[in-house]
Amino acid sequence: MTRRSNKIFKWIDWPTVLLYLALMIMGWLNIYAAVFSEDHMSIFDISQRYGMQLIWILTAILIAIVILSIDARFFNIFANYLYFIILLILVLVLLFGVEVNASKSWIQLGSFRIQPAEFAKFTTALAVAKIMSVYGFRLNKFSSYAKVGMVILVPVLLIILQKDIGTTMVFSAFIWVLYREGMPGWVLIFFVFLVGLFILVLLFNKLTILAGLLILSLILFALISRKYRDTLRFSFAIFGLSVLLFGISEFFDLNISPYKLLLIPIGIGVPFALFYAFRHKLSSVLYIIFFFIITSVFSFSVDYIFNNVLASHHRERVNDMLGIESDPLGWGYNVNQSKIAIGSGGLTGKGFLNGTQTKYNFVPEQSTDFIFCTVGEEWGFVGSFVVIALFVFLLLRLIMIAERQRESFARIYGYGVVAILFFHVGVNIGMTIGLFPVIGIPLPFFSYGGSSLWSFTILLFILLKFDSSRMD
Amino acid sequence: MSQNVSTDKRNIFSTVIILVFIIILVRLFTLQVVDHSYKLSASNNVLRQITQYPARGLIFDRNGELLVYNQATYDLMVIPRQVQTFDTTELITILGITREQFDASLLEAKQHSTFKPSILLKQLSAEDYAVLQEKLFKYPGFYVQPRTLRAYPRSIASHLLGYVGEVDDRIIREQPYYRMGDYIGISGLERSYEVELRGKKGVNVFVVDVHNRIKGSYADGKYDTTAILGKNLTCTIDADLQEYGERLMQNKIGSIVALEPGSGEVLAMITSPNYDPNLLVGRPRTANYRVLEQDTLKPLFNRALMALYPPGSTFKVVNALIGLQEGVVRPQTRYYCDGAYRVGRGVGCHSHPSPTDLIQSIQVSCNTYYCNVFRNIIDKFGAGGTEKGFTVWKNHVESIGYGKKLNIDQPNELAGITPSIEFYDRYFRKGKWNSLTIISLAIGQGELGTTPLQMANLATSIANRGFYYTPHLVKSIEGEPEIEPRFSLKHYTTIDSVWYNYIVEGMDLAVNGEPGSGSTARIAAIPGVTVCGKTGTSQNPHGKDHSVFIAFAPKYDPQIAIAVYVENAGFGATWAAPIASLMIEKYLTGTVKRTWLEERMLDAILLDRHDKKK
Repeated sequence: MTRRSNKIFKWIDWPTVLLYLALMIMGWLNIYAAVFSEDHMSIFDISQRYGMQLIWILTAILIAIVILSIDARFFNIFANYLYFIILLILVLVLLFGVEVNASKSWIQLGSFRIQPAEFAKFTTALAVAKIMSVYGFRLNKFSSYAKVGMVILVPVLLIILQKDIGTTMVFSAFIWVLYREGMPGWVLIFFVFLVGLFILVLLFNKLTILAGLLILSLILFALISRKYRDTLRFSFAIFGLSVLLFGISEFFDLNISPYKLLLIPIGIGVPFALFYAFRHKLSSVLYIIFFFIITSVFSFSVDYIFNNVLASHHRERVNDMLGIESDPLGWGYNVNQSKIAIGSGGLTGKGFLNGTQTKYNFVPEQSTDFIFCTVGEEWGFVGSFVVIALFVFLLLRLIMIAERQRESFARIYGYGVVAILFFHVGVNIGMTIGLFPVIGIPLPFFSYGGSSLWSFTILLFILLKFDSSRMD
Repeated sequence: MSQNVSTDKRNIFSTVIILVFIIILVRLFTLQVVDHSYKLSASNNVLRQITQYPARGLIFDRNGELLVYNQATYDLMVIPRQVQTFDTTELITILGITREQFDASLLEAKQHSTFKPSILLKQLSAEDYAVLQEKLFKYPGFYVQPRTLRAYPRSIASHLLGYVGEVDDRIIREQPYYRMGDYIGISGLERSYEVELRGKKGVNVFVVDVHNRIKGSYADGKYDTTAILGKNLTCTIDADLQEYGERLMQNKIGSIVALEPGSGEVLAMITSPNYDPNLLVGRPRTANYRVLEQDTLKPLFNRALMALYPPGSTFKVVNALIGLQEGVVRPQTRYYCDGAYRVGRGVGCHSHPSPTDLIQSIQVSCNTYYCNVFRNIIDKFGAGGTEKGFTVWKNHVESIGYGKKLNIDQPNELAGITPSIEFYDRYFRKGKWNSLTIISLAIGQGELGTTPLQMANLATSIANRGFYYTPHLVKSIEGEPEIEPRFSLKHYTTIDSVWYNYIVEGMDLAVNGEPGSGSTARIAAIPGVTVCGKTGTSQNPHGKDHSVFIAFAPKYDPQIAIAVYVENAGFGATWAAPIASLMIEKYLTGTVKRTWLEERMLDAILLDRHDKKK
């Protein structure tokens, strides 16, 4: 018995395990503080969320031990099977699922509810690793991207259908993995740019976006070609013409939208720029025109689909999830409450269970998505710093672990783990302090909830298992 | 080489991660240590949003008299999560409810949401509110939300004004503007002009301390939105005329609709029996509604827009118009009548001078004449042309405003019934019916269902000699330059204007003919005013005939067109004609001089006849 358990824990990366345990226990204490009520003082009271969370933690540890005792090769061999099983379950959720908070992503099992989308994260990470670790696979041709893209997009599609936008966005983290495995850097930058643009399009009107893209392209051109004078002339020509057209339209009361008035000079400007590019043999201009057209079409289609194709209540839901409605009763109110709670914590916090903000009002997902509020209020900047530091240590440690794998399968999986955890931690904390729109995703190991805790545990411990058996 | 690339990328990962968290830490440092604004209010305070409900728009009659206004009331709200232990006995004493009611409401509030406010008790009186206000500090989590209730100074026009009520789940789902506990117009003008009347809610975010006292506005009102007042609405109703009509219809079942021909404005729209609009307001509403709902005389049923009656003889003018337009009858055409139309099953008539020309046929309301006219129309295209003739007839009927909604600005208007070829094909089998089998239509019986509004609209189109405006109840909305353009659109019928003159002459004679000439509605004559009218006595399966009358006045430059239905009351001339005549006199001259007639109408109780016949 002893020998066997020795074998399980042999070569295990103890710093990671300690960080894992520390985060889980801190999360538990904060959940206790968040939903604390004087009627149920005991932290072990399982009628309350903190009592339940203890059960989730204990079962999570059990799951971790089970994973460590499975042969590492199992995950490699069965990666695809696991992937398809979860896909099947996701389809079943769509058919028989239970709706909670407007997303139909739960399956009811007796008195428990589980959220299969959470488990799609590790199965997709495994499947991505599997497909990319095939001998001879290289990210240098379209078919390779198509294969990986399929593996990622199928669960994404199913989760979108469940209206769980938060979890869907987590899958964008896999772009990091592709980057690590050979995707050119500019694709990553362009992807990040498109994501940003997507949010900006929903926030601002399309005229602002188009003008912004135009100015950005002009600046890029000036910086790359160093032809400042030509750039200036060209800019004057385009903007001068639009101002002129605008004046004419106003004077004659034509009621043409400024957006269309800006399109006319652009329509003239693009062929001119093409001509210019060929005459001066500047390939950079071609790239910039290409960039401008792609991003403009992208922003226009996002705008169009959003405003014309989606029904109004879908639009509101997306707006709500992206946190765009400037409604103090809605998201703005939550973020404000969250900021007040965190801000009122000060340098050292109000102390355990002394958070007044958390006791009374508000932030509806206090123990789940907004658990960081409690940390900020009761433990102050110092506490927040410690929590963030622990997460940074964990992430850096995991990068180190991923890099020291001999098999590319394990390494790629490791980067998947890093990317998913990083996305979760960054976005979750970012949204509680108003740096990121509110999307409902939990803080790993911290937030209340069995499904998420189990899925993060599985995600992490499969990597630790790979790591501990790398010497075999 | 490859080793270097991967080391580079590894460093990029680490750098990005560290950078992102540095940004987060900087932000946290600003929030928690540098910026003190979050701490100022936070230490022991909570935020509370108080919705500012704008006063709902008032409703005036066409002369500026107030019909609907608002009364202040107070809802007691609770946020279950903020509730602390308190003296329940004292609170329920102030509120005047039992412990069970209180516990049930609180439980319901908790189930709705623990952190969002719910209504604990609706519509506290100003007195209860005054007492409660002083003690409210003892009850953290409770606060009072001012609201308004509708009130009606004259207790008239309940159906057309409509009432407001709380939104239900379906409305909240479909229209996100509304939240639990909000009010919405449910019927009548309140519903048709909901958006204009309601205005726009505002929100004030206050900082409240643990003792439940408001400490001030949060963030200098940055998250506040101002409420926009509801717009006042002037409706086309003449309140005095409406009230008079309601009095005349007391103890009778039926409806009166009076329109202004030159605009389509509804001057009065009475359905009887009706109810006092003040009954459907406030806390007693549910109980009162239930009582009204179970009343066998159906006071909640808006007969003016929803009752489908056969038009009876008033419909003869429609057949006359179609006959003239189709050239199958000329004004000079005379038909002999010996007291019945003796073809087929036959249609009886009453005794009157005979033969008559077209104008006289309206004056004396000859059934035989219209059986001839109707058959001429349907059989115009000869043998086998029944369907074609019928289609021609039906198209004219629909152009006059039957068998379709007139689209008045009221919910629940019915389209009425006009028969279709398909219906007769089913009923008699195809090819097995002809002008004789459907002869009842000649005298406005049979497969016809028309609302009182449609009959008043017929009177309007005759008064206008060939066109009508969509009847409407809104005259103007405060702050809006004009009402919907569709209300100023003329709808022409398919009958040429010239033919109307003969009908008008007939209707003039029906009221103002010499004694002994057979005029059917002489009782409707008003000294000094030329009233044109047509009686109807409509057979129906429910009992005694309905008494019907349509009229307009004066003959030239008409100011009012009216239709009156009195259910199961007998001849049109006995009840509907005098009532219409009194309404016209009241509207045109301001007073009623024929007090003997007025008294007879006011005193008549025509409810029991309905029952006896059954």
